[in-house]
Amino acid sequence: MPATSLPRFAARRFFRFISSMDLAIALLVALALASVIGTVLKQNEPYQNYIVKFGPFWHGVFERMGLYDVYSSPWFLFILAFLIVSTSVCLCRNAPRILAALRQYQEDMEEWRLISLPNHSRCQTALPPDEAADAVAACFRRLGFRTRSKQQAGKITVAAMKGAGNRLGYLFTHLAVVIICIGGLMDSNAPLKLRHLRGELQAETRSIPISEIPERSKLPVDNPSFRANVLIPEGRAARAAFVNLKDGYLVQPLPFAIRLKDFRVEHYANGQPKSFESDLIIRAASETLEQTIAVNHPLRYRDYAIYQASFGDGGSKLRFKLHDLTAPAPRANEQTATVDQTLPLQHDGETRRLELVEFRKHNIFENDDPALEKKFRDYGPSVSFKLRHPDGRAREYLNYMHPIMLEGREFLLSGMRSAPGEEFEYLHLPADDDGSPARFLRFLALLNDEQTLRRIYADNQEALVSAEAGDGAPSRQALSAVALRLIKLFRDGGFPTLRETMAASGPDAATAQTLSAASMKILWFGLQQAFLALPENQGNAGGELSEQALRFLQDSIVAVAALPEYGSPYYLQLTDFEHVEATGLQITRSPGIKWVYGGFAMLIPGVFLLLYMPRLRLWAVAKPKEGGSELLMAGVRVRHARDFHRYFAQVSDTIKRLLP
Amino acid sequence: MNTKTLAQALEQTKRRLQLVDGLWLALVLFALVFLSLNNRQFMEQSELIILIALAIALGYAGIAWTELRRLLLVVALLALTAYWLYDANLARAEERFLLRYFLASQSAIAWMSLLFVLATAAYFLALFTGSAFAGATGSGLTWAATGLGLTGLLTRWRESYLLSPDTGHIPISNLYEVFILFCIATALIYLYYERAYRTRALGGFVLLIISAAVGFLLWYSLSRGAHEIQPLVPALKSYWMKLHVPANFVGYGCFSIAAMLGVAYLFKGSAAGAGGNSALARLPERADIDDMMYKAIALGFAFFTIATILGALWAAEAWGGYWSWDPKETWALIVWLNYAAWLHLRMSRGWRGALMAVWAIAGLFVTLFAFLGVNMFLSGLHSYGEL
Repeated sequence: MPATSLPRFAARRFFRFISSMDLAIALLVALALASVIGTVLKQNEPYQNYIVKFGPFWHGVFERMGLYDVYSSPWFLFILAFLIVSTSVCLCRNAPRILAALRQYQEDMEEWRLISLPNHSRCQTALPPDEAADAVAACFRRLGFRTRSKQQAGKITVAAMKGAGNRLGYLFTHLAVVIICIGGLMDSNAPLKLRHLRGELQAETRSIPISEIPERSKLPVDNPSFRANVLIPEGRAARAAFVNLKDGYLVQPLPFAIRLKDFRVEHYANGQPKSFESDLIIRAASETLEQTIAVNHPLRYRDYAIYQASFGDGGSKLRFKLHDLTAPAPRANEQTATVDQTLPLQHDGETRRLELVEFRKHNIFENDDPALEKKFRDYGPSVSFKLRHPDGRAREYLNYMHPIMLEGREFLLSGMRSAPGEEFEYLHLPADDDGSPARFLRFLALLNDEQTLRRIYADNQEALVSAEAGDGAPSRQALSAVALRLIKLFRDGGFPTLRETMAASGPDAATAQTLSAASMKILWFGLQQAFLALPENQGNAGGELSEQALRFLQDSIVAVAALPEYGSPYYLQLTDFEHVEATGLQITRSPGIKWVYGGFAMLIPGVFLLLYMPRLRLWAVAKPKEGGSELLMAGVRVRHARDFHRYFAQVSDTIKRLLP
Repeated sequence: MNTKTLAQALEQTKRRLQLVDGLWLALVLFALVFLSLNNRQFMEQSELIILIALAIALGYAGIAWTELRRLLLVVALLALTAYWLYDANLARAEERFLLRYFLASQSAIAWMSLLFVLATAAYFLALFTGSAFAGATGSGLTWAATGLGLTGLLTRWRESYLLSPDTGHIPISNLYEVFILFCIATALIYLYYERAYRTRALGGFVLLIISAAVGFLLWYSLSRGAHEIQPLVPALKSYWMKLHVPANFVGYGCFSIAAMLGVAYLFKGSAAGAGGNSALARLPERADIDDMMYKAIALGFAFFTIATILGALWAAEAWGGYWSWDPKETWALIVWLNYAAWLHLRMSRGWRGALMAVWAIAGLFVTLFAFLGVNMFLSGLHSYGEL
């Protein structure tokens, strides 16, 4: 065994292993495989989603493995760090040799080694060796080679090389990878995770004012690297942003205030957003700056970058009427509230909660009404809200402010769904000429008003009886009572309940059917009489409705029939609004960006040098022979032996031809 | 000895610059000046720089590769004809015969699709029968298909502005458009190798993947109406798109070619004792295929590196950071790491042979997932080309 001590031997083995190609390739592949995980499993979702998806047990396992934030998990960073170390050691080991080789012409190459090269050729020339060597060297230089000649006993060797850039390519690419990784690590949230792990930071999960957030959920103002988000309503300012961490957030105070003067969304004709812009005022201790930012046009302020990331509602003020759909007289409760606000609603001794979710000023959809020329139409403002029962269940509603023309009539639309994933089902309330639901609501109130109905039926018994001109017609009073009962059934359960009741009341199917047909007639006349009793219809007491009024009645009946499914005792009519938008900004500070960009600037030329700069060496040895000299030429090209073979043949043949 | 003669003798293989080259450069310069003056109000400073860089690249490429020059001239002529026939009115697409059946973007792209499929058949016919005519037909059809594809894209660009001035954008913004770009890029790179290696035996293999892309394109267009021109989402309104997307598709094209060469390599290998006249005998030597495969991957890797870097620079302007571990970004990194590993083995270890061919084929699936799979199965910031 040689005298090398064991530790030194082990250290050398270790360094060789660390910088070995096998390890590097293994690490490249390992990194690629590890990266896949984070693309398959959605990262940094709220923990609730993961629990629902995987169950509490696997959620715990995955959380501990760091699978919810793979790219800053310790094991991932370990692979990355290992790759950096491996590449660095490889660079350190190879760089000196490569740099030295740039200056080594290898003019001491022995003749036998040149002959052993696949590309070599011999020729004779009349020139003496020194002249021949000079001529060949000049030729080589002409081809872009750097040359050096060496006079030895009985021979002159010309050594030439070209394409040193290829080796620089190796240095550039590998150095670039290391630099990019270092820059990336500087901007990663690994330090933050570490502090969280050590318990110095704790994610805040409640939504409370910034002033109440404890210190251990706040990051320092001079935090050099972060990516934080904040939503700022128009006319308001923010002095802090929020960093998501695990299942909560941290507060990142800023050394300046950002005020949102105005936020704008422009739309294409088809309603797709065209641009998002925010007019910002940055106010620091020493200066004030006004700047408009947009997607793809961030503001770089000192070493902060402020991006247009999203948008939302900044607390739009909504004025609306809550029409009671169950009252025996039109009754509306006028309210004012802002988006995101929750209002308690008392109804029938129950307290429901009205949660205002979203206000939209425009709703542009493809036009499906052939009567209109335009390809797209704007359905105008809408409000979406949830109505929550005391037991926690909620239905979601989407109400449009203005009536929408359908088949030549105008309707106020209100969408309803019981679960977030479902499609909205729309209630169509027929609208008056001025766009209000007043006429329909009067009709509805009348249907709820048993006393008045009774009186109306009593006044119009003749019509009622003639309607039911069958055998064994029941008495007048009984008919009136039947009409009232049918109206109530219809009001509470729509057509299905009506049908079920009829089916259940008959002794057999045939009787039930007869009963059903008869009761439909009675119901129709009951409804019609009620409608005719409305003040605006008093004029044609004769019972003849205009076609328009008849349509309105039919539409109203369809709407009343849908009400039991609607699930809300109120119809919310949006009457006025003041739209306040909010801009979602992302604020970042990334000290590593200079490193990363520096790395990029090295990587691109590096790759091209490495792959496309041919590295060639040529030699010529001239020896005196028979008054002239004998010339041996040889050459190599690292890689691409095939291309070089042609090149060398061309060079050596041409030189042979040119030499005297 | 006159060393100048040596240089001249060596340069004899290279083409000397001729008058037509000068004309070509003048034409490119004229086009550059005309376009930049005429469209000044639509272009940012950076877009002007891109245009100048493109002019330089085309000027150079047209001299180094005269067939490309011919193609570009024909494409320019066709696109200008379409421009003139449209006469700033989109309705002309239905009214004018030439537009309706040939030059409107949908028609041109349909022709492109048809010709690529025919070219595939011609190349395979040449491979199996040894007919030089069939091979030349394959080449010609590929050139024609490429030209029509380019014309289709240029016309579509114009159509997007005719639809509405604020809808106008370069047609490389969604999956449908980039699939056409993929077909064109792959075909052009292949045609370059076809010339450099003087063989048409591999055309069928490469065109097979283009035909597959054409198949997807047709399905996507017929079943999803993907050919409809849609306005750009705000995130895509950036000059970076003009750089990032084409660079990516040079990369994807090269990797696809490399994979198909890998298939050819394996075919060739399994027929050691094949007769002198069989299709396999007509394939180039294994070493040649291997060499092409290396060059395709090297070129692809270089462009994919550029594309990923450009993507990072763009992300730093649009998404608040040069790297967000978005699924598309991450898969781009995976593709990059995969080919980096391949190149390391090949360059430093000198690995060759069936294993590397298989790896190149596997690389296509990784690339395909990055290109398509991410859009189909994963969601993220890059959801412009959702299926």
